[in-house]
Amino acid sequence: MTRCFISGSMAVAEAAQLAGVQVIAAYPITPQTGIVEALARKVATGLLGAEMIPVESEHSALSAVVGASLAGARAFTATSSQGLALMHEVLPYASGLRLPIVMAVANRSLASPVTIFNDHQDSLPERDSGWIQVYVENAQEAFDYLLIAYRVAEDAQVLLPFMVCLDGFSVSHTYEPVDIPAVELVNTFLPPFRANYPHLDLAEPKVFNVMAFPEHFEEFQRDKHESNRKVLGLLNEVYDHFARVFGRRRQNLEAYRVEDAELVLVGMGSMMGTVRGVVDDLRARGQKVGMVRMVCFRPLPVQEIQAVLQGAGAIGVLDRDVSFGAGGILYQDIARSMYNSQGKRVPAVNFIAGLGGRDVNPATIQKCFYRLASVASSGYITSAEELQWPDENEALLRAWGVGDKHGN
Amino acid sequence: MAISLKSLPEEEFVAPGRGGCAGCPAVLGARMASKVLGKNTIQVTSTGCMCVNYGYYAATRFPFVHTLFENAGSIISGIDAALKARGEREGINLFAYCGDGGTVDIGLQALSGAVERGHRFLYICYDNEGYMNTGTQRSGATPPGARTSTTPVSEISPGEGRPFRRKKDMVRIMAAHGIPYAASASLAYPLDYLRKIKKAIAIDGPTFIHLQSPCLNGWGLAESQGVAVARLAVETCVFPLYEVEEGRVLNINVKPREKKPVTEYLQVQGRFRHLFTPRWQGEIAKFQAEVDRNWEMLLALEQATGSRGNQ
Repeated sequence: MTRCFISGSMAVAEAAQLAGVQVIAAYPITPQTGIVEALARKVATGLLGAEMIPVESEHSALSAVVGASLAGARAFTATSSQGLALMHEVLPYASGLRLPIVMAVANRSLASPVTIFNDHQDSLPERDSGWIQVYVENAQEAFDYLLIAYRVAEDAQVLLPFMVCLDGFSVSHTYEPVDIPAVELVNTFLPPFRANYPHLDLAEPKVFNVMAFPEHFEEFQRDKHESNRKVLGLLNEVYDHFARVFGRRRQNLEAYRVEDAELVLVGMGSMMGTVRGVVDDLRARGQKVGMVRMVCFRPLPVQEIQAVLQGAGAIGVLDRDVSFGAGGILYQDIARSMYNSQGKRVPAVNFIAGLGGRDVNPATIQKCFYRLASVASSGYITSAEELQWPDENEALLRAWGVGDKHGN
Repeated sequence: MAISLKSLPEEEFVAPGRGGCAGCPAVLGARMASKVLGKNTIQVTSTGCMCVNYGYYAATRFPFVHTLFENAGSIISGIDAALKARGEREGINLFAYCGDGGTVDIGLQALSGAVERGHRFLYICYDNEGYMNTGTQRSGATPPGARTSTTPVSEISPGEGRPFRRKKDMVRIMAAHGIPYAASASLAYPLDYLRKIKKAIAIDGPTFIHLQSPCLNGWGLAESQGVAVARLAVETCVFPLYEVEEGRVLNINVKPREKKPVTEYLQVQGRFRHLFTPRWQGEIAKFQAEVDRNWEMLLALEQATGSRGNQ
């Protein structure tokens, strides 16, 4: 085990190398470039004996990785934002072919207007593509989940592609101490690759991506769904093994100081480190607050969500994304999870913040908790209170006439 | 590089009972190719007639991938890289057989990237000059004056307008990448077509063959007329047969002793019927003029770059 001072991008590249990826195809996009550059250096200097395909687009990046995985190789790609949007068509193709591809997504919002900065607007809308999705908090977690991703994706009862999402800049570009294990240790957790799924084999020729008519198509979809659901249990087994090998335990979600918490804030990604700090501050002042950090988002760990939130007096969901005309994407899933929970129904409020790289600072989080407290005291919420923008710039909203008539 | 019909294997590499249209030249072209490629082949085919033909209920006796519409070039790149990474690349013919929509239009970028990066594969475009699988819509390979369902003919519309009078010239686009081998081919000249396939698969790099593939439905032909029309395309120099090596050396493979007028090619096809009405007959001279210009250009290129006797 070596402790290195590296960025999240470099941590991902280290993990890809230790996973022994055989084919890498990627197209550069900020803030993902650091991952691809680090891997290109490893291949160019012989540290990593992989084929690197410098494709001409992200659509081709994922397509090339699909081809490589079909041909029986452990394959990797990484992207961000517009690049992931361009891959959109290939995502369900890859999961339908049941290929254990792993992709790192350095989260960045989507144009227009143009931004290179972080939120979860790129990967969350891809939640329905059949891919497994996790959202990490820091570089170490990015490293760990890349290894976990291959292990789970390649499991015979899963065989689905896996997306490891790390916040652009705040994780991808931030240098942190990261423990990098020796390859021998990694091999005991993630054995060298053997294609254990239908692939391009001359000895046993098969046809891939056949036409399915209405009498069969639903069962293909159902199979993808059932396999995806199995990931939750498998992940917990894999976390045990990971902990035995590396001494750290990962989890589908992190519940922090929720045991007696009246107000709980739920969210994902690097901003949850700030939430943890605010929880400590407010606790020090005697306020019963807690935090749930979602890591595994697809499949959605409904029972685990219910277990950690059922004692709360009010739930706030902090979304770094927006489903326009509906509200936060994570909120929809948390609210849905609690609707059929055995406990009593409690008010839930959706906070949207941190879009396009806007800093989510302690004041933002405090505001969320205060508003949650006022909602909790009344015991119910109005539809106007359900969705809130804690960091809204009222002067700008007024000056720009946000939501007003735009045309002539 | 000689090839004879007698040297082809009796064995069939695609199961019978396919759902192709009777007499379909694209099916014929794929079957002929399989006779040279054999069983040690991995084929990819982008969305179109042939993925329907081979993809329903699994026809091939070699591994086959129906790709998405535009990514045959990138999927085949990944397969090539993976086989190399696994040390299993030798002895496998990596082969794409895709229509003109998946090649000259939506798949052009991925194919351009794949050949530019130097992956080893043979790409055959079966060019039926339109989106025939979806019912005859125009593509970037539809010739001027052709009637399609998205370029209908009327008093004010001559069918496909084609402001520059020519369809995309894929052989020269591919050759311009500097790839080792790019050629055109015709089903009416099977030995020339098969020779080109054999030549292409011996090359360690990207190779491209553009196969004209008349569409019986889309072009308005009788079931028996596919090959005959392909022959007329060569005899009128509408679709010249030539090859380009290393992006530089151009050789014409078939020079008609007597160049037939394009009317002989146009008049047998339903899609050009309106060109023989008073309203649109002026289009024929423009068609002929562009065919003549293109043929003269090829002759000049051959004169300047060709190396006779390399076949």
